[in-house]
Amino acid sequence: MKVLLSWLNEFADFGDDVEALSDAMTSLGMPVEEAVSAGTKVPGVVVAQVLRTERHPDAEKVHRVHVTTDGKNELHVWCGAFNMSAGDKIPLATLGTTMPDGREILRRGILGIDSEGMLCSAKELELNDDHGGILILPADLALGADVFDALGVTTDTVFDLDLTRNRPDCWGHMGVARDLAAHMRLAFGADTEGRPSHPVHALPVDIVDVDSCGRFTTTVVKNIAIGPSPQWLQDRLARSGMRPINNVVDASNYVMLERNQPTHAYDLRAVESGFRVRFAKAGETLETLDGQVRELHAHDIVIADGNDLAVGLGGVMGGLHSEVVDSTAAIALEVAWFPADTVLESAARHGLRSEASARFERGADPYGLELAAWRFVEILRLTCPDLEVHGGPQIAENAMCPPRTLEVDLRLAQIPRILGVELTAAQVASLIEPIGFACVDEGSAVRVSIPSWRPDSSTEIDVIEEIARHYGYDALGKSVPNSTVHGRLSGVQQRRRFVHSVLTEAGWSEAMPNPFLDPSAAQVAGVPDDAQLAIVNPLVAEESVLRVSLRPGLLRTVSYNQSHRVEDVHLYEIGHVYPSGEGHLPSEEEVLCVMSVDSRDGELVALRAWTLLVDALSIGAQVDQKTTPPGYHPGRSATLRRGKQVIGAMGELSPLVLQRHGIAGRVSCLELSLTTVLREEPKPALAKAVSRYPSSDIDLAFVAPDSLVASDIHRALKSAAGNLAVSLDLFDVYRGAGVAEGSRSLAFRLRLQAVDRTLTDDEVATVRQKCIDAVSKLGASLR
Amino acid sequence: MQKDIAAALDAALAEIGAAATTADLATLTPRVVGKKAPLGSLKSKLGGVGDIEERKRMGQTLNDAMTTVEAALATRRAQCEEAELAVRLASETLDLTENLGSSKRGRLHLVTQATQRLEDVFIGLGFQVAEGPEVESDFYNFEALNMPKSHPARSMWDTLFVESAEEGSVVLRTHTSPVQIRVMQDWPPPIYAIMPGRVFRRDTPDATHMPVFHQIEGLVIDRNITFRDLAGTIEAFTKAFFGAEFTSRLRPSYFPFTEPSAEFDIRRANGSWIELGGCGMVHPNVLRAGGLDPEEWSGFAFGFGIDRMAKERHGVEDIREMYTNDLRFLRQFP
Repeated sequence: MKVLLSWLNEFADFGDDVEALSDAMTSLGMPVEEAVSAGTKVPGVVVAQVLRTERHPDAEKVHRVHVTTDGKNELHVWCGAFNMSAGDKIPLATLGTTMPDGREILRRGILGIDSEGMLCSAKELELNDDHGGILILPADLALGADVFDALGVTTDTVFDLDLTRNRPDCWGHMGVARDLAAHMRLAFGADTEGRPSHPVHALPVDIVDVDSCGRFTTTVVKNIAIGPSPQWLQDRLARSGMRPINNVVDASNYVMLERNQPTHAYDLRAVESGFRVRFAKAGETLETLDGQVRELHAHDIVIADGNDLAVGLGGVMGGLHSEVVDSTAAIALEVAWFPADTVLESAARHGLRSEASARFERGADPYGLELAAWRFVEILRLTCPDLEVHGGPQIAENAMCPPRTLEVDLRLAQIPRILGVELTAAQVASLIEPIGFACVDEGSAVRVSIPSWRPDSSTEIDVIEEIARHYGYDALGKSVPNSTVHGRLSGVQQRRRFVHSVLTEAGWSEAMPNPFLDPSAAQVAGVPDDAQLAIVNPLVAEESVLRVSLRPGLLRTVSYNQSHRVEDVHLYEIGHVYPSGEGHLPSEEEVLCVMSVDSRDGELVALRAWTLLVDALSIGAQVDQKTTPPGYHPGRSATLRRGKQVIGAMGELSPLVLQRHGIAGRVSCLELSLTTVLREEPKPALAKAVSRYPSSDIDLAFVAPDSLVASDIHRALKSAAGNLAVSLDLFDVYRGAGVAEGSRSLAFRLRLQAVDRTLTDDEVATVRQKCIDAVSKLGASLR
Repeated sequence: MQKDIAAALDAALAEIGAAATTADLATLTPRVVGKKAPLGSLKSKLGGVGDIEERKRMGQTLNDAMTTVEAALATRRAQCEEAELAVRLASETLDLTENLGSSKRGRLHLVTQATQRLEDVFIGLGFQVAEGPEVESDFYNFEALNMPKSHPARSMWDTLFVESAEEGSVVLRTHTSPVQIRVMQDWPPPIYAIMPGRVFRRDTPDATHMPVFHQIEGLVIDRNITFRDLAGTIEAFTKAFFGAEFTSRLRPSYFPFTEPSAEFDIRRANGSWIELGGCGMVHPNVLRAGGLDPEEWSGFAFGFGIDRMAKERHGVEDIREMYTNDLRFLRQFP
């Protein structure tokens, strides 16, 4: 919202300290994004008249314009705009002028012919945004005069406010001025008045559908002439971001920018039959002011004439048929109050967010209608001094209209409870009465009447906020509460951090791929997609489903890094997956995925992560190699399970999956449900005595068929060795000469030790035999 | 005999003196000490000396000679060992800088690093850390936060909706605020909690926006918590996280779930301001939605973006850089 300093100053004597005013507005919750000066005059730009124009055979994009600034001497200017003709008055920037953009006007030649100045567009002079051609000046301006003086250009400061959506009153200068004047303890005046000059010209008004409109006023004004508005008013509109059109439209916009009250002027000829306000009928259409024929919706507010013909889309935009035109001599002014949400929905449906709808949807003041109408008349009278007001605003209203004031009891004890400062009833009144909140002292409470222009305020806490704003947030002070809670991470959070540090210390880096995927991404990554949920309104199709696995995202990341020639790609992600579930919300789960590009020597690097986590978190799972997880290499993968519950998968990814991602080489992967494993609080490990007696090592190599997995032999050995075993490691795997095809030799080193004695040779021999027997039963033989 | 002893001693000492290495010494040792060495064999001849006094004297001389040989051996061995160690150490010289290499440590994502730093500061201020689902119901994301259906303030966030039986009832949370409600429902007050997490908006990615990003939310609910406590907590956080030379200010703003509401800004030592986030006193309707009586409990909440903290700390120009997951980018930040 753009707010002009000159306009604010009409309501109170704010002075011209732009910085202080900016700070004050910011501290009131109307932050000033920027404050810029407008209408800066450019010395050296004078009124000139076109004598003749001529083309040059060798210059296509420019023509020669001969002008005079004194009626005698002729000046020659090259010009790229062609919108002027002999006799037009135009602004000439004379030689030596410094333009607003910093350019200096120099004697510059084209084709050997010098230019003695530059003709200017309105935008080049920063008068407005019009860059459609050279500015054609009014014919009555004196030749040679300073253009800015001749036009009566005013200077101003434009504050650009970043308003919050709870403060509709600030969408007009008057509301900003009211708040600011209260803050600065300045007298605020916004009176306007008017008297009908002629008897009522009655227009019947019927609010047919009560819910469509709460209050509707019509004012008939006659004997007007359409023409331009005064320059100062045009400047104000332009600086507020609105284009001046003609005196009637400008007066309407002016009132809106001043009082946050949209108004609409109809050519009286089109609405002599009166008004009917209702919701749209099935199949009804309306051609709006922007020339579009719109199909109306059953919940659009329609302003119809007395014959029930739609003439406007209530609160949003008027109809073309009843538009004010150059021949208009009498108008009917509609100033009405429409319910915010109805206008909001209507504007959204038609993709037509007008200045008017933006104000109605935030909430206008239903009781500001009459004053807005009188203010409109006052402005229009500046250009139509003989206008006739036929009876002043005629009011139609119903019970849907909010009350004139809303009363709220503010308990004084709530102020220290919420704000931390004690205030008396008198102090409260001095803070909020200046912004229109009338106060009555009722002892322990204050009865506050909330004005109708503050629809955002309706409860005790709303009033407390107003008190805080005008007391000053800074003035409330600071204190630190004494937390009676012990600040710490939960067990799950501590263990999650441990997972992060274990993995990063071991060389994996954390990635955060997009959790939104292409619908085919899961399948491409070998992940079942039956539980995949779609985003209803995705930004792009490639990001239109929610991931059910972290694997597709990391695969893309691996592929990206590989294609950028990054070596040693070791990545992990900890994140949520969102498969559909039984309940209303997805079965959201936190998952870990670790992915490594492996070297050729067959080591599945990502599996080290599993061993590290088993150790760090004291967790465990069965490594089931009989069940190939989807998307993995059938001979090099395992499902991590606890009985029937699958908690993850690990191994080498299927070459097909890698090929589809354009990944060269081999990739290993670990996927683990953190929701499951982080929940488990490991018990503190109990200390065991370390033996001071010598230990004995037994090396045993077994020839085992490939179908027999090493972990089964390991388990058998461990159980056979009993509690004398202190360590058991697989230290060599051999295939080749001396070992039958389809088998391999697995060499284990078992270290035996007792806590209370040195083991005898017999004891060691007994254990050795038990081990050999146990492994033989599995189908392996001692080598 | 006296002469023989002297000759054997001289010969032994000469041989020891001539030894150059510990290996030479090991070889010659049997030749100079022991029964078969010249001095040893002289000992066996002692019995042939008739005069007892003479025998005693010769025995003494012989013993002295043997001790001298042993001492000479030990001294020479020590000298050789020292020389050999010096040679070995010299031969083992390494260029340590050849062996430094680069660390193979992985990296935490910048967002995780920032989140952990923030968590640690708030833990120090007495806060616990709460979490909630990223796909939320309309109730937690909007309704319980004082935004009933078709509340105009809902348009403050461009919401992404997830398919569900009841259309529009499941959303990708637009902020971490729904966790406030879950915490109020699940944790008995007093509550001092922060809620970091991933949030989603239907925003086209650019240098400062991502449709998927991260926020941290704070919530304090206790008896007699006031706006002054909010301002003081923001100030304490500012100093703890950014440094003692930073200060903070609150200025009025609007959020449906807090009242009074504020934006909070951080002031750098050079006087410039950074707009950080939003905050305010928890709205009575929000307390009620969380199952708490606003006449008994009061509280405040605040929230701000995490990605931006990481972006500014490390001078990342374009926030999208942080999400390419390019290892060459990630490896820059230990």
